[in-house]
Amino acid sequence: MIPAAFDYVAPTSLDDALAALAEAGDDAKVLAGGQSLLPILRMRLNAPEKVVDLGRIEALRGVRDGGDHVAIGAMTPYAEVVGDALVREHAGLLAKAVETVADPQIRHRGTVGGALVHADPAGDVGAPVLALDATMVVVGPGGERTVPAAEFFRDLFETAVDDGELLTEIRIPKHTGWGSAYEKFVRVSHQWSIVAVAATVRVEGGSIAEARVGLTNMGSTPLRATAVEQALVGSSASGLADACAAAAEGTNPPSDLNGDADYRRHLATVLTRRAVQKAMEG
Amino acid sequence: MTAVDDRPTTEIGTARRRKEDRRLVTGRTRWTDNIQLPGMLHLAMVRSPFAHAKINGIETAEAKGAPNVIAVMTGHDIADIQGVNITAWPITPDQKSPDHLPMPLERVAHAGEIVAVVVARTAAAARDAAELVDVDYEELPAVLDLKAATTDEVLAHPDLGTNKSAFWQLDSKAGGTGGDIEEAIARAREGGIVIEREYRQQRLIPAFMEPRSTVVDPTGEQVVMWTATQAPHVLRFCIAATTGLPESKIRVIAPDVGGGFGGKLQSTPEEFITLAVARKLGKPCKYTETRSETMVSAHHGRDQWQKLTLTAEKDGTVTGLKVELLADLGAYAALVGGGVPVLGAWMFNAIYKFPAYQFNTTNYYTNKTWVDAYRGAGRPEATYAIERLMDELAAEVGVDPLEIREKNWIKHDEFPFTTVAGMTYDSGNYEAATARAKELFGYDELRAEQKRRRESGDPVQLGIGVSTFTEMCGLAPSRVLGSLNYGAGGWESASIRMLATGTVEVVTGASAHGQGHETAWSQIVADRLGVPFDSVEVLHGDTQIAPKGMDTYGSRSLVVGGEALVRAADKVIEKAKPIAAHLLEASVDDLEFSAGQFTVKGTDKGIGIGDVALATFAAHNYPEGVEPSIDADATFDPVNFSFPHGTHLCAMEVDTETGATRMRKYVCVDDIGNIINPLIVEGQVHGGLVQGIAQALWEGAEYDDQGTLVSGSFVDYTLPTTADTISFVTDHTTSPATSNSLGTKGVGEAGTIASTPAVVNAIVDAVRQFGVDDILMPCTPERVWKAIRSGGGTQDAATTPAQQAHFDEGTPNQDPAAGTTDGVVQ
Repeated sequence: MIPAAFDYVAPTSLDDALAALAEAGDDAKVLAGGQSLLPILRMRLNAPEKVVDLGRIEALRGVRDGGDHVAIGAMTPYAEVVGDALVREHAGLLAKAVETVADPQIRHRGTVGGALVHADPAGDVGAPVLALDATMVVVGPGGERTVPAAEFFRDLFETAVDDGELLTEIRIPKHTGWGSAYEKFVRVSHQWSIVAVAATVRVEGGSIAEARVGLTNMGSTPLRATAVEQALVGSSASGLADACAAAAEGTNPPSDLNGDADYRRHLATVLTRRAVQKAMEG
Repeated sequence: MTAVDDRPTTEIGTARRRKEDRRLVTGRTRWTDNIQLPGMLHLAMVRSPFAHAKINGIETAEAKGAPNVIAVMTGHDIADIQGVNITAWPITPDQKSPDHLPMPLERVAHAGEIVAVVVARTAAAARDAAELVDVDYEELPAVLDLKAATTDEVLAHPDLGTNKSAFWQLDSKAGGTGGDIEEAIARAREGGIVIEREYRQQRLIPAFMEPRSTVVDPTGEQVVMWTATQAPHVLRFCIAATTGLPESKIRVIAPDVGGGFGGKLQSTPEEFITLAVARKLGKPCKYTETRSETMVSAHHGRDQWQKLTLTAEKDGTVTGLKVELLADLGAYAALVGGGVPVLGAWMFNAIYKFPAYQFNTTNYYTNKTWVDAYRGAGRPEATYAIERLMDELAAEVGVDPLEIREKNWIKHDEFPFTTVAGMTYDSGNYEAATARAKELFGYDELRAEQKRRRESGDPVQLGIGVSTFTEMCGLAPSRVLGSLNYGAGGWESASIRMLATGTVEVVTGASAHGQGHETAWSQIVADRLGVPFDSVEVLHGDTQIAPKGMDTYGSRSLVVGGEALVRAADKVIEKAKPIAAHLLEASVDDLEFSAGQFTVKGTDKGIGIGDVALATFAAHNYPEGVEPSIDADATFDPVNFSFPHGTHLCAMEVDTETGATRMRKYVCVDDIGNIINPLIVEGQVHGGLVQGIAQALWEGAEYDDQGTLVSGSFVDYTLPTTADTISFVTDHTTSPATSNSLGTKGVGEAGTIASTPAVVNAIVDAVRQFGVDDILMPCTPERVWKAIRSGGGTQDAATTPAQQAHFDEGTPNQDPAAGTTDGVVQ
């Protein structure tokens, strides 16, 4: 597969990247790992005039301790996120979700920032980031702004990152001591999620004190199951089914070869219960 | 028929690592796409997006003007030399076969068909310019569904007047091999058991690792074609038969080829178009497809509806089997094409003693990609049907599925056994394979666990699936093929050249594409001639080096080609004998040959075969009246098929809350006769199992209502990887074949044929308690869950309403047009 010809730039600083984007206008595409973009180009589903590769901007890569939050550079590959001690300790849910992305080769190339801005509803990064109440740092010609995860995902393949802007960092409030689980339902291991549920809970005295639940591929964006979160407060491990029954309420999942919308709604309910149960166990 | 040879061996039976793997695994070898010729041009195909359309015109001017473009051609430009993609097996004299031009001039009959070709200095330039070719299509009504095709309301090829290609029947009463099936059914309806089912063989895509690629060099006296094919000899014949090029002017080379599974036995439009363009321009040309092109244009496999009627006495003794197939050929009759379902005719009765049998297939055209052989070709379909039915019969009678099989199978002391379909099975021992499989499986323990889970209402239920399969391999006795109107023979050839310096060149007409022929053939020759394994070089896949061959498919290479090799080796020994006797000053009658040495009986005089080869090369001293050559050729035409068999046992866990299935244990004990290289056999069995399991669980080619292949990439055509499979337990029992001196039966297809019903039987067994007796393949979690919920099969239950990914209409923010990730990996 051969993509249509395009200009390629690989700036080494954020400023240069923003300048390159500004110069190209809306004919540019950002390459942030390329695990979605390259197939799109090769299958000629898109033919940008310029591709701006962020892969050489060291400042966008890595995880640091931000005090009350863990700050993840947008260009940090999945594999580094999975193995990072800070992420595992303070945002275990994200590590568990990212661990399930595709296959090892893709996890070494693909980046969390790239996945978030691509905003495929079947991607595995959106739901945990949403559930963990992350803050996204977006930089553009006008400077830096922050966007709460709840306002980040606008629609299918559409986020709060506008043309000419870049996502630079994901700040995840520390959920130290919270249990977490990512229940991903697929037919073959490297597949996009048919449905997945991201759950993280704080347990006090055997029952849930706080719960956060995110849903993957249950609508055009990652979703937060807030009704379930509220219902779960005070639940013990034996009483989860009722609290999770409403997991699919208000969702609008797709129908495709892997299952119709009703089946996905059913899955969401079962998987939510299982995810919360596992999260309670750690 | 040859008695099985029992001479001592050292190489045969040794688990040697394959000598070809270093170059194949590293890729530092001659894959077709690696070939670069001076001045070579590159091709890009323009393909129809429509399933059925009239070509009103093709505007090529803009593409011709694009940078580095040399030419843009349509069917009209190569009409005089493009040839025809022929079918080798018209199954009846009146079979309807639409003309299949590599590049049609007037009408396309499936999405993906080629309408124009762009030739440029680079592959990228060709691809860019292909986007500029403007084709004026007039869409025609398309028939996509196989059952809809039978009504002839919409015609795949209006000129044929019908979608029906042919009807073919095998009837045991008419053939004198058994009783009257209708009588058996009538009797069973009165006081016996009648099991009536309809099973679906979904459409599959042979996903060979190396995409197809062709390079043609028209300069020089012969036109040379390198191509990723498993059938170079067949391809040369097809080119000669249809393009006007004399056969003697065509050299076809299959260099290293990365897998085929039947998918590369085709003579393809792409090969013919590359040849035509190269000849028109007088320049070397290359075409390498993308995976997306493979998915729509390389032939697909299976695609049948199977209506089945099995009759039995109340105690489970089978009395009859009636098979009525609808087979979807896709848009054209492919090379084997309509013959693929026919290959199942002798296998539905399998290992069981049916007194009455009838097989019927009616083949239809649709506006989908053409269908041909895919690993097993006809036999997996048959095995699936009968092994599923035997489980249904066991459930009806209320006995263990192994018990119902044992009641009906051919006993080991009944071989050779002529079946109700007229095949004579030479050897086998179903009892032994089954006993060993049960032991390795822990059958009784797993049945006990299944009972416990049922009784406790465990959300995860356990099912056990059985498949006691057989297959017919070693395709094929030429006279049998002739009687079936097949367009060629089934022999195989081998040559052995004894080189002066002591090494040996072996030429085989089989054309390996990943099987390990080079290693196995070397082992056979090393034993037979007593030369070191490393001294044997195996040459294949080039019609100039291996001029005679029928290539590799249908588990034939070792069974047929191996016997040709043995006979060639024996001829070498016979030819060397008088020369050795002359050199030893002894009588030919006093010579013995063992371990590479000719010795004179009762003396210590001897000479190695390598020394005889050198002496023959020098030819200074050899007997009068003998030619100075010990090289030999042999062509072997088998007199019978071989019949591998085995018992496969599979345990599946079914999560009743989600419908997800998980393989718990898989045991297979195959009887493939004598084994040349156990490591190669393991590879064939493991790979075959995964491919068969994939049909049961994962793979399926799905079209939408417009005739677009929805599962057109590996995102939606869900091939498994090692991460999705478990470790299999494999073992063997051995009843040597009596039809060849090595006693081999073939192993290339066994795993694929046997495993599919074992898996589905296990899933159905797990959920039969909920009233389920069938689940459509692939058994997706959604289908399993819906079957449990509806308490029936999914045969009639609605599953996914539309195959194309979509969101419900009328809801905000759910615009499918906004983009889709189909075809995109993360």
